[in-house]
Amino acid sequence: MNAVATKELCEVFLQNICAIPNGKKIRECIQCGTCSASCPTSAAMEYSPREIIAALRAHMLDRVLKSNTVWLCSSCYSCTVRCPAGIPFTDVMYELKRLGVKHRLYPKGTTNAVMAQAFVESVDTHGRNHEPELLRKYYLRTNPLRFLSQIPLGLRLLMRRRIRLRPHNIKGGQNLRKMMAAIEENNTQ
Amino acid sequence: MTTCLQTYSYYPGCSQMATNKAYDVSTRNVARVLGLELVELEDWNCCGATAYFAIREERALVLSARNLALAEKTGHDLVTPCSGCYVALRKATKYMTDNPELHAEIERALAAGGMTYSGPVRVRHVLDLVLNDAGEEAIRQHVRRPLAGLRVACYYGCQVSRPFGEIDSEEFPERIDRLVEWLGAEPVPFPLKAKCCGGLMMTTQPDIGRKLTGKLLSSAKTNGADCIITCCPLCQMNLEAYQREVSDAMQCDCHIPVLYFTQLMGAAFGMSSEELALQDSLTPVKPLLEGKVASV
Repeated sequence: MNAVATKELCEVFLQNICAIPNGKKIRECIQCGTCSASCPTSAAMEYSPREIIAALRAHMLDRVLKSNTVWLCSSCYSCTVRCPAGIPFTDVMYELKRLGVKHRLYPKGTTNAVMAQAFVESVDTHGRNHEPELLRKYYLRTNPLRFLSQIPLGLRLLMRRRIRLRPHNIKGGQNLRKMMAAIEENNTQ
Repeated sequence: MTTCLQTYSYYPGCSQMATNKAYDVSTRNVARVLGLELVELEDWNCCGATAYFAIREERALVLSARNLALAEKTGHDLVTPCSGCYVALRKATKYMTDNPELHAEIERALAAGGMTYSGPVRVRHVLDLVLNDAGEEAIRQHVRRPLAGLRVACYYGCQVSRPFGEIDSEEFPERIDRLVEWLGAEPVPFPLKAKCCGGLMMTTQPDIGRKLTGKLLSSAKTNGADCIITCCPLCQMNLEAYQREVSDAMQCDCHIPVLYFTQLMGAAFGMSSEELALQDSLTPVKPLLEGKVASV
């Protein structure tokens, strides 16, 4: 991605963030690093939460999106409640995930992105999440062999009737699909 | 039997339909005893949880809004036992209240499916009902078998107190600890009580998930707990289902019984194992509770 396009990416991102509650506060980041220190997974991230805002200011968000960083956010909201500038950082992570998916800027083998996609499909089909279907799709698309390692746990759950074999479809499924079509239409305008 | 205090629209959440149905069963039974009438929301759908919201924001908000619209028709508060659903539904109400344009967009989508939501609907966690609507006096009155001598690590997890913090402190929650005292048991110091269990990472990034969950399990054990209680289905699953793998990864013994807080309440209220679905547990919670009750 060239320099101009990266700048645009940063601008689109800022615009979207400013639309969410307290999103505008992202401009007030003082680079104190409280977010990074509070994050339970930042040690495994290529760029820490603090560095994400530094990258945004340097118009280098594409590097962040191509790294594992945003997909390691578990949505625990520690950063959000501790940020002295009041930045809803967990929502910054969510927005970056969506931007990465939209522009296909995430590393190959990002298992969390595959999981999210499979989750969306399950809910769109049934109106609720059907866990066996979710996990089947997830493991088939990531590492089918690891599915085998889950069989002992699966059997323990099955014995306790904690696995529902057939999905439950909500009655209002057709109307829900109409609602989804309407919101998509709205987005493309 | 207690007379009904109030009626609520009950939103179990997807995981309570199978994987975590013991949470649903124990919640309904404990609520019944406390006189909190839970009427299941008719034809509810997924809340648009973390994994959905992560990649499709507006669609996730429509999912939440459909539930809110259904709840609005009933005129009651919307109550869920799941911390993930709690955050998703509350987030949707907040986003729509703060941004009328967004609300109008969502409203147009709802209208395409023949529904409407003017809002706001009050979204609450079952824990909130137990602590605030039932309260200490009522809970103490219902204790038939005080859990004397039982040492409990109270695990809050993330999303019940963050980011909204309406029920308890975002950093140092302690109201479940008080609840445990009302039941006659003893809460142990548990400094990691509001740290993250890793959520879905136990599946997607097992190396990280095991480490985060392992710290919680070993900390509870080190602090002398006989068991851990949770108020979120995903936390419960992470803590109870992978103890062998986590013990291997942490190179220490991380085996400890894990229960929902509602199961602990029910046990103190003298409810049967079946009423609390203790047989569903992957950890030895039945011997733990029977042993304690027998020794009283």
